[in-house]
Amino acid sequence: MKQNLIDIAYLVSGIMFIYGLKRLQSPATARKGNQLAAVGMLVAIVATLFLQELLTPVQMLLGIVIGSAIGAMFAKRVEMTGMPELVAAFNGFGGIASALVAGAEIARFMAHNAADTGGNELTAVSAITVALSILIGMITFTGSFVAFGKLSERISGNPISFLGMRFLTILLVLVSIGSMVWMAMEAGAFPAVSDPVMYGAIAIAVAGALLGILLVIPIGGADMPVVVALLNSYSGLAAAATGFVLNNTALIVSGALVGASGLILTNIMCVAMNRSLFNVLVGGFGGDSGSGESGGGASTAGLTVNSTTPDDVAILLSYANKVIFVPGYGMAVAQAQHAVRELAEELAKKDVIVKFAVHPVAGRMPGHMNVLLAEANVPYDQLFEMDEINGEFETTDVAVVIGANDVVNPAARHDKSSPIYGMPILNVDHASTSIVLKRSMRPGYAGIDNELFYNSNNQMLFGDAKESISAITNEVKQL
Amino acid sequence: MLENLIVFILASIIGSEVISKVPATLHTPLMSGSNAISGITIVGAMVVAGMVGDAWAMWIGFAAIIFATINVVGGFMVTDRMLQMFKKKD
Repeated sequence: MKQNLIDIAYLVSGIMFIYGLKRLQSPATARKGNQLAAVGMLVAIVATLFLQELLTPVQMLLGIVIGSAIGAMFAKRVEMTGMPELVAAFNGFGGIASALVAGAEIARFMAHNAADTGGNELTAVSAITVALSILIGMITFTGSFVAFGKLSERISGNPISFLGMRFLTILLVLVSIGSMVWMAMEAGAFPAVSDPVMYGAIAIAVAGALLGILLVIPIGGADMPVVVALLNSYSGLAAAATGFVLNNTALIVSGALVGASGLILTNIMCVAMNRSLFNVLVGGFGGDSGSGESGGGASTAGLTVNSTTPDDVAILLSYANKVIFVPGYGMAVAQAQHAVRELAEELAKKDVIVKFAVHPVAGRMPGHMNVLLAEANVPYDQLFEMDEINGEFETTDVAVVIGANDVVNPAARHDKSSPIYGMPILNVDHASTSIVLKRSMRPGYAGIDNELFYNSNNQMLFGDAKESISAITNEVKQL
Repeated sequence: MLENLIVFILASIIGSEVISKVPATLHTPLMSGSNAISGITIVGAMVVAGMVGDAWAMWIGFAAIIFATINVVGGFMVTDRMLQMFKKKD
């Protein structure tokens, strides 16, 4: 009877997760959707706590209290610019939790085995699910924390590779498969010798941890959004694998939802960069230092750029009919989003049509720019996706690029030798005038030179984005 | 085992259908929110840690509960923080 109630509770929470995610289809209902999913989680936890016969409910509650305090602290303290690394860290916690649950399942099996009760038989199939749960969980754990380190610049964002790295990766995969087979064979022969199961599990945990590191270190900073999305998917798969271990429908359903979500986002990111997932994972594309190494393409040596001043830009913007802002990660770094919103409001007062064009891979995670602009109180109906707005640049007087680079490089359209050839870009060069706010002439994340800067109708405004925008706003106010 | 697989596949299909319609504007909250949902592992941690009197299983499960709760509580809270900022023009 109790078990039936638990299953019904899990069904209810699964339905709430699905409808919660469905409400994320519109910004107007999204907040309610997230709250619905949170209630669904509460239902699952409360049902487990009260209906499952737990021997140690006090410890369980203590663990929940400690975890809640830590999680709430992270959630409250994080800056919106730091969202990518926070999500990466949360992914990692989810991964290690799944691996630990599988580990606890092994401990449980061994305890039964030692007591010779035989009540908890570990079949070959469940040994494989345990092994998979540990493997995916550990890959998610270490991979996410390497991604966390790269995103928060605690470790270099440059791609790292060394001689024999691919060989080592293959070796570790073989070790994992071997241990998995070993565990399955030994577990099947019940009453099993528990040692092989334990040693096999430890070997898989170590191999998974190393694989997670090897997965992320060769990936350059520019490809980080893809990796964060992929690890998000892995954290879901890890939860689903744990569900298979415990025969728990709630875990399988939720894990599948998250796995699907992560895969869809990964795919969107790859399409937006015109690269295959394999190509991203092999890595080596783009660092964070912009070392100035030109990645081929037409030589820009000898070409000159037009540089401008905030006063001139202010005049240009004030008398424009339509202005499109193109924000990139540089805007977030300079914390210029509030200044940009103020400028947009001033222009709106002068009856200038203001829109924002957001490229899918702008920022360090999918949708990052939208969150930053929302934080600065830019209404979401002013934000446009690439496909919606690209046709409008033809009729735009001024396109203002703030801290974006590769996503507006026209070389992607025609220069076959460019590393970003084929990547869909925002057609900033189709606007009557384009203005690029930039610190210096250093190349962008992909480490390549930008043709746009040398166009005759482009003007560069050098300096800190926040200061430049504020100067423009002050001038606009006086006009 | 087969039943579990059927549930997994059906849930994946529902997930794909629902999530592919989420606009790019909400992709960051989608990630952090779905990430919080993957913290459902907490339920597994409670089951595995609380049902046998084995000390090892209990303490490993205890650690899993802490990590999974960070994921759940932190994930839902930070998603809520983000979503309350999304406003229409008034």
